Amino acid sequence: MDWTRILTNVAGEIIAPTTAAYALAAIGLNVHFGMTGLLNFGQAGFMLIGAYGFAIASMAGWPVWASVLVAMACAVVFALILGIPTLKLRGDYLSIVTIAAAEIVRLVGRSTSLTWLTGGNAGLAGDSFKGSFQELSPLPDGNFGIGPWEYSNNLSNSWWVRIVGWALVALACLTIWLWMRSPWGRVLKGIREDEDAVRSLGKNVYSYKMQALILGGTFGAVAGIIYALPRAVQPDSMGRPMTFYVWTILLLGGAATVFGPVLGSILLWTTLMLIKTVLRDVVPTTVMRSEQIEMLGWVLVGLTLMLLVIFRPQGILGDRKELAIDVR
Amino acid sequence: MSAETPAPTVPTVPAASRKAQVARDLADVPHAPGAPKPDAILVAEDVTRTFGGMTAVDVDHVEVQRGAITALIGPNGAGKTTLFNLLTGFDRPNTGTWSFEGRSLGRVPAGKVARAGMVRTFQLTKALSRMTVIENMRLGATHQPGENLLTALVPPLWRSREAEITAQAEELLARFKLLEKKDDFAGSLSGGQRKLLEMARALMTKPTMVMLDEPMAGVNPALTQSLLGHIQALRDEGTTVLFVEHDMHMVRHISDWVVVMAEGRIVAEGPPETVMQNQAVVDAYLGAHHDTDLGDDSLLTDDVAEQLEAEALVEKEQR
Repeated sequence: MDWTRILTNVAGEIIAPTTAAYALAAIGLNVHFGMTGLLNFGQAGFMLIGAYGFAIASMAGWPVWASVLVAMACAVVFALILGIPTLKLRGDYLSIVTIAAAEIVRLVGRSTSLTWLTGGNAGLAGDSFKGSFQELSPLPDGNFGIGPWEYSNNLSNSWWVRIVGWALVALACLTIWLWMRSPWGRVLKGIREDEDAVRSLGKNVYSYKMQALILGGTFGAVAGIIYALPRAVQPDSMGRPMTFYVWTILLLGGAATVFGPVLGSILLWTTLMLIKTVLRDVVPTTVMRSEQIEMLGWVLVGLTLMLLVIFRPQGILGDRKELAIDVR
Repeated sequence: MSAETPAPTVPTVPAASRKAQVARDLADVPHAPGAPKPDAILVAEDVTRTFGGMTAVDVDHVEVQRGAITALIGPNGAGKTTLFNLLTGFDRPNTGTWSFEGRSLGRVPAGKVARAGMVRTFQLTKALSRMTVIENMRLGATHQPGENLLTALVPPLWRSREAEITAQAEELLARFKLLEKKDDFAGSLSGGQRKLLEMARALMTKPTMVMLDEPMAGVNPALTQSLLGHIQALRDEGTTVLFVEHDMHMVRHISDWVVVMAEGRIVAEGPPETVMQNQAVVDAYLGAHHDTDLGDDSLLTDDVAEQLEAEALVEKEQR
């Protein structure tokens, strides 16, 4: 077994742009679920709409900052459309509506009649929209390597995407830390516990839930941009499974914590890579083919999630007394 | 706004004589349903609420005297809690208007009702169990700029108000004997302590009127006395109290005025000493044993209970 290669692959996942994107999306979901108790099962919809917004604005020749604003504005509008009819209702209705709404975004995006705008089911090729982002890079052209990590400075899957992605994760963690300790975060926590009690104290619960939905969705949209930058905007790769990976990450790291989503994302992607590369080396191809091993990797992730929910429902960093999945 | 905001304007009367003062004010009020009060803080008109074919609340007119402790009693299913929910904005009426301090509050959402100064507690206590006691209290405070999404990110903008709120919360917790529990999760408190916490949290909003939905339900006798004391203290500080209660002993003990509901209507009103003798109350509420004092502890002995059961049986057979 080639351990150097395996460990290089695993180490690559730690700082991969995808890991950063999922961490950001999970931070957004943490605002929904961990802080406010909103069951959003459509985080992938926010990510996809953000990716579309950024890519389409960039292709129209808009500068990067304006394209990012377009992505965030799309998420705000999406959150308003979702929230206005559902946030007055209780609990589970939001989850039903969000999962359906995320599917609507994906299906509309891949529909043939919108091929001129969204590229239909082929999506938007990376090269068509990431030029302006790559031009912003202050790094010199070429490659740079440190330890197991060696990437080009400015191309698709580059140091530049990694730096921006993880800087955004750090910024998100800082703001979430401030919000969680603030009176605003306290009202959200109260809503998570019992919204009628908060209402009886004179707070506008509907407005706070809307703010949380919009804020978390905006994090999701930015995550969608980071996710799309090293590859392309592909609607079918940003469907329901993506939402559930984000949930897995949040529950693994620990909801209602600042670093839980980051730790969860790093753990999920490194573990998955470790399982896949080791199995590919030890299992002969006559027993299992490469793509079957890929699937087995996900089976093991599912198993891990089940064990986690049963034995450590608060996640790795969570406080059981504060927020745990009630399994018993 | 600062923590030194004056408490709701109180007539300059020493606390000890507030009860006497209220009794004098209410002395001339007729003992009849919908009686007008000399200084009504809450006036409700023609309030109805139906669930399907069932009329839960059908109140023609009711007024609540400012600064008094008014008890709302009635048999199970009389519509007391539904009326509470309507008045506090937690439910929508089919018809009806009501005003609080001269301001119309019909169909106003619950949060706004609370901001207007009418704050309620719940029959099933809503302590926010996975928050600490002190955080529960802080949540009740008003005018915290840090509750705004953007201001929240700049702690210097809300820290001074937070310190004031914390001081106010600790003072109230000390009064309700919960101060040593302030860093515990509210979920770890006993049922009675949660009732106390809920009441203390409601007081954080500095309400003009508190609405207590069965404040004594599930509270052990040792805490009952202290809860009664707190409710009377509220009145003595000038806060209006309206409460729903089943415990006649308590109603008799602390209320200044009693409103009796049955089958959604208000059937009688009067001071606690005499309202129980009202024929409508006897018919609707007390049934066959109208001549026994429900607040009498001797009722709890086995002998009396058996005797009552026997009488009830005879009555049933006669039907």
